[in-house]
Amino acid sequence: MAQVVEKLQPWLAAIERRPHGGPRWLQDLRDRGAARFAALGFPTVRDEEWRFTNISPIANAEFVPATEAAPVTSHSLRGVAYSDVPNRIVVLNGRFASQLSRVNGLANGVRVGSLAAAVTEHADVVPRYLGQLADFGTKAFTALNTALSVDGLYVHIADGVVLDEPLHLLFVTTSADLPQPIMSNVRTLVVVGDRCQVRIVESYVGPDGGAYFTNAVTEIFAGDGAVVDHYKVQQESLDAFHVASMHVHAARNANVSSHSFSLGGKIARNDVGALLDGEGAECTLNGLYLADGDRLVDNHTTIDHAKAHCPSHEIYKGILGGKARAVFNGKIVVRQDAQKTDAKQTNRALLLSDHASINTKPQLEIFADDVKCTHGAAIGQLDEDAIFYLRARGLTYFEARDMMIHAFAGEILDRVKVEPLRVALEGELYAQLAKDLAEIDAA
Amino acid sequence: MLDIKNLQVTVEGKQILKGIDLHVNAGEVHAIMGPNGSGKSTLARALAGHPQYEVSAGEATFDGKDLLDLDPDERAREGVFMAFQYPVEIAGVNNAYFLKAAVNAKRKHQGLPELDAMEFMQLIKEKSKLLDIDQSMLSRAVNEGFSGGEKKRNEIFQMALLEPRLAILDETDSGLDIDALKLVAAGVNAMRHPDRAIIVVTHYQRLLDYIVPDYVHVLTGGRIVKSGGKELALELEKKGYGWIESGAQPVGA
Repeated sequence: MAQVVEKLQPWLAAIERRPHGGPRWLQDLRDRGAARFAALGFPTVRDEEWRFTNISPIANAEFVPATEAAPVTSHSLRGVAYSDVPNRIVVLNGRFASQLSRVNGLANGVRVGSLAAAVTEHADVVPRYLGQLADFGTKAFTALNTALSVDGLYVHIADGVVLDEPLHLLFVTTSADLPQPIMSNVRTLVVVGDRCQVRIVESYVGPDGGAYFTNAVTEIFAGDGAVVDHYKVQQESLDAFHVASMHVHAARNANVSSHSFSLGGKIARNDVGALLDGEGAECTLNGLYLADGDRLVDNHTTIDHAKAHCPSHEIYKGILGGKARAVFNGKIVVRQDAQKTDAKQTNRALLLSDHASINTKPQLEIFADDVKCTHGAAIGQLDEDAIFYLRARGLTYFEARDMMIHAFAGEILDRVKVEPLRVALEGELYAQLAKDLAEIDAA
Repeated sequence: MLDIKNLQVTVEGKQILKGIDLHVNAGEVHAIMGPNGSGKSTLARALAGHPQYEVSAGEATFDGKDLLDLDPDERAREGVFMAFQYPVEIAGVNNAYFLKAAVNAKRKHQGLPELDAMEFMQLIKEKSKLLDIDQSMLSRAVNEGFSGGEKKRNEIFQMALLEPRLAILDETDSGLDIDALKLVAAGVNAMRHPDRAIIVVTHYQRLLDYIVPDYVHVLTGGRIVKSGGKELALELEKKGYGWIESGAQPVGA
């Protein structure tokens, strides 16, 4: 036990040096986050929520909060997928970077930029939302983020605004030249008014070989009848750690879809929680993840049907090579009042190697009686019969296999409604796959 | 064109074919008939190179090449085509995309330029009429959600696109109603050509009313026990397989 406390010591020291200043409510929020983290400590594999994901490589590393952003020119953003877009809002090592950001012709009623600035400039809005969904009472990483976050992004869209161009929220870490590995506790708050329509892309990137830690918390509030189309692209360095939670609140008749693409990270953990809190709210959570080597990717999703007549759709797919491990936990809660719920969950994983593995668990908690809930999971290797069929038509084994794998991933990629993003993701994903498959073929 | 000698095939440790001899010349249509479990489909799949069908003895040459030495995709590119008894559904792979890849794999092998999207659509248009292939079958995933008849038509459509030297139809008639059967048969008949051989594997005589074979072979117990002309099929239809299986001469013969 003493050992555990000792490992926590540098973290507690960081907590002690947490940011100060700003309005009273914010300081109070940080203090409460700090107290909770100190009380909770890091989760271990004895915690049900972390049973298959051992985060001791994060806990044991001495990450320091990024104090100053290392310089990144927009030139070095050039290799970043989907970065050359009209609306690009950049956070660099945990802080809003205005010199890298640009927005073009945003409609009236749209505010996009630094969260720290919004705390004072949108003082009537931010406190009503920030920290309202992200539970730091029981979640250590959320508590850590709540205590240590200095900045992040804020998106506010007034009632009735329809945004044509997507907003690309880009979180960049540049740890390469720094003496100690850094952590970024980034925070995103998205408040979408009634009857709005918006597409938001959240990307997380870092330099190759960077062993940094991103601890991200995103809260999205979708007003009555709002349509929010959200994409998260996790493309951290393969040596980085990425722990993120996203929390969605969907009001009456809101339609929120979120697509998660998890391509990087040594350990990547994504928690997505959606609360369908008004009648007729609809939610789609899809995900595609790719891991190789000894990497681990863990997706935990929760769709909470609190009100009646809410459909939800969920498809998560993974492709695993090498000794990669994955975890999928899909929880669907249907509360007593949520009659006529229609929830569908599918989870599929493709194992390209005998040493790759996945732990998958659907978790249905249903307290209403007039509901439709289906779930299915399929884990396996490529279908040999299908491979033979394609070969019998003249395609080589490799062509047949690639066609099958692309088809597997395509089911999720094809749902990306932002065309240039889809093209960029396909390029990134297929390049990574080609590398993995070349390694398998060489072995 | 195809020369099979003493072909013996084992599936999951069990010997199914116990020595098949068959000689097929270009321009000929051969029917292989036999009761369920006789090894008809095993012969078809072994010739196509299915990995679960292990050749334990014998040989098969195709245009002088050792067929058994070739991978399934090499056989296909060399011009061997098997219409599957149970066409496989492949989720996520668009049918037109797959067909184009197949056509171009073969063209590349033949040293021909690959077809671009326009040229391919032209080819599709030309070949689809005969088999009543509509646009929706091309835009869906390969065989996914296809009816039994659509799957079989899609197989013969592929044959029309790939123009094989040797086509092996594995129970292409099973599960088809008479209209679908006629459509499929018309598609096959349109492919009859002095340079092409066709092997029709079937349990029933019915298909052979529409695709009239030059030769009929009866396969039972893993061996070809009787060969003859098209009249043999009619005889089988009348008397069943029993008289051949028991080795007895047909009554009244």
